[in-house]
Amino acid sequence: MAYALQQLINGISLGMIYGLIAVGYTMVYGIIGMINFAHGDVFMIGAFVALIALLLLQLGGVMDGTAAILLMLLASVAVTALYGWTVERVAYRPLRGSFRLAPLISAIGLSIVLQNYVQVSQGARVKPVEAVLRGGVEVFREGDFAVQLSYMQMLIIGTTLAALAAFTILVTRTPLGRAMRACEQDRKMAALLGIDTDRTISLTFVIGAALAAVAGTMYLLRYGVIDFYIGFLAGVKAFTAAVLGGIGSLPGAVLGGLLIGLIETFWSAYFSVQYKDVAAFSILVLTLIFLPTGLLGRQEVEKV
Amino acid sequence: MIPAVALRDAGLAALVAFGLFVPLVGLRTDVSPTGGLFLRTRWIDVAIVCGIVFLGRLVLTLWLGRRGLRPTTGPGPWTARLERAGTFVAPVLLGVAAALPFIPGIDRYELDIGILVLTYVMLGWGLNIVVGLAGLLDLGYVAFYAIGAYSYALLAQYFGLSFWVCLPLAGILAAFWGVLLGFPVLRLRGDYLAIVTLAFGEIIRVVLINWVSLTGGPNGIGGIPRPSFFGLPFSMEGGPGTFAGFFGLEPSPTHRVIFLYYLILGLALLTNWVTIRLRRQPLGRAWEALREDEIACRALGINVTVTKLSAFALGAMFGGFAGAFFATRQAFISPESFTFIESAIILAIVVLGGLGSQVGVAIAALVMIGGFELFRDLDEWRMLVFGGAMVAIMVSRPRGLVGTRTPTVALGQKRAISGDLVSEGHG
Repeated sequence: MAYALQQLINGISLGMIYGLIAVGYTMVYGIIGMINFAHGDVFMIGAFVALIALLLLQLGGVMDGTAAILLMLLASVAVTALYGWTVERVAYRPLRGSFRLAPLISAIGLSIVLQNYVQVSQGARVKPVEAVLRGGVEVFREGDFAVQLSYMQMLIIGTTLAALAAFTILVTRTPLGRAMRACEQDRKMAALLGIDTDRTISLTFVIGAALAAVAGTMYLLRYGVIDFYIGFLAGVKAFTAAVLGGIGSLPGAVLGGLLIGLIETFWSAYFSVQYKDVAAFSILVLTLIFLPTGLLGRQEVEKV
Repeated sequence: MIPAVALRDAGLAALVAFGLFVPLVGLRTDVSPTGGLFLRTRWIDVAIVCGIVFLGRLVLTLWLGRRGLRPTTGPGPWTARLERAGTFVAPVLLGVAAALPFIPGIDRYELDIGILVLTYVMLGWGLNIVVGLAGLLDLGYVAFYAIGAYSYALLAQYFGLSFWVCLPLAGILAAFWGVLLGFPVLRLRGDYLAIVTLAFGEIIRVVLINWVSLTGGPNGIGGIPRPSFFGLPFSMEGGPGTFAGFFGLEPSPTHRVIFLYYLILGLALLTNWVTIRLRRQPLGRAWEALREDEIACRALGINVTVTKLSAFALGAMFGGFAGAFFATRQAFISPESFTFIESAIILAIVVLGGLGSQVGVAIAALVMIGGFELFRDLDEWRMLVFGGAMVAIMVSRPRGLVGTRTPTVALGQKRAISGDLVSEGHG
């Protein structure tokens, strides 16, 4: 019981990170109908910028945990958003209106570029960091097994919820969000009604990258080890989460992220750690076969 | 005179580049001997990169601005000339490929690159059946390559079967897995199909890594037997039972390389031949019809299930052949050779060459893989250049290097049509 509870906590904090990345996938998919293949690597860039910001802060003598984390988040979001904008500008905008496979290939190319760019500029070795935030509270005790909710996990869950809340308000209450939803429904019509669709699509990439930056910072703080390759697996799993939740649906992405995080954690805890990725991918295959639109996705109507 | 707009544009690009590169290029995290991290600054590198971006953007704007004055639509004189030259490309490439081992100055190293390029040509042609003809986007093609390679390695290791027995078996096993994967994904379309095939490729790789008792795990399988020339092994001893001894030649390690070269050339041409023949038959036409419009296919009574599965199975079979060849050539295989990046490279070759164009795939494989080998000295920069080339080619030529397609059926005279007229399929 206590063991399961602990896994639940771990699973939720992992799932939150996947959920944040998944929102970026689902948003871009919703608006241009394409997988942003470089998104996983944008997440990796976010983690690296956070790491560099942390080292700068330590040089500058900022030792207070909360302030440091806040500044790391700000730096990471700012720089990573710029990367998100560049991804759209380089790999997607020139191919707007082109056939569907072309942006997919250019995005895969850009993903290779980003990975190797970080490998060249930051080195291939893994980067370990010391924990910024230590300790936690004991939630529950059964015999001598204490269920821990660490401050780090609280921070992840809190930050994720805050980011998602801000993001939801942005999409549902602001003119930009309205423009985004309009572009999602019918881009041509939105353009006819005076919406700058290019700008809206750019901003979608920027917002997605900003959320990925938050996820990257959380990943760095939680696991303390990053390298240039973390983007691929995290990206595929987050995409799985987006598909599981129903691609194009924002609450679905978060729900899918939580489910993938929980499945992965429980699978590792009770079955085998080696096959945890297989478990996540098998879930993806099964969902698509039996529930092709995902959990919260809309049924697509096909017109001839 | 450079217009002020172009200058401002280039300035903005440099500013963005400055923002992008200051944290990641300007500040490098290094692991100190004590295990901690420290930062090293490289401001000069940032300045150089920003300068390159500024100049690059400026040149690009000016060049595009000049080109934009001319109408870009409609076939220009260049297109016609290229088309005429294009008819000679395929025979010339084939002739060079067939004569390569005997061209003076071609050494073992060049032959090895030739073998590598031809392997990718074959993989590209195999995937072209699935993506280019049937229009099913497959991002896990490397799984079949892996299945072929491991089939041969395991059959040879556990049952002592020879390469020539295993080659068809590897193809059949890969085709079987192709059907097994194809069955559940029949209903999926487009990007969903892409991501499921990607997941399938990763599942195969993770199983290969973790099933240590069978596959040796990350250590891979070594000592895979080399192929023989109709029962004559390539041995350095040169006895009467060996290739060199039988034909009365001086024993040389080059013989095996030349043999492997012709083997993969033959396999690749077999793939090409089967594809060309099938395109003229009902099955091939059904694939192309499926790519153009699935609903119309159903309405006309084409069995979509059989059509899709046969495309998966045939594509997978050629992937399996290539895998068996890879195993026998390397004599060592490990899951590291079958990562997602391989699938991405093969798909890139198919799309960059021009979907459905056989010559285009061969040219793209030559450019990408051959070019990749040219940059061998660049080490870790190599993949960076490779990815950059992928983006650049795709952005400048979205329809691939070969922009024309030959329709299978035509009224009257058969002639090449623009690639834009061919649908890319929705899976």
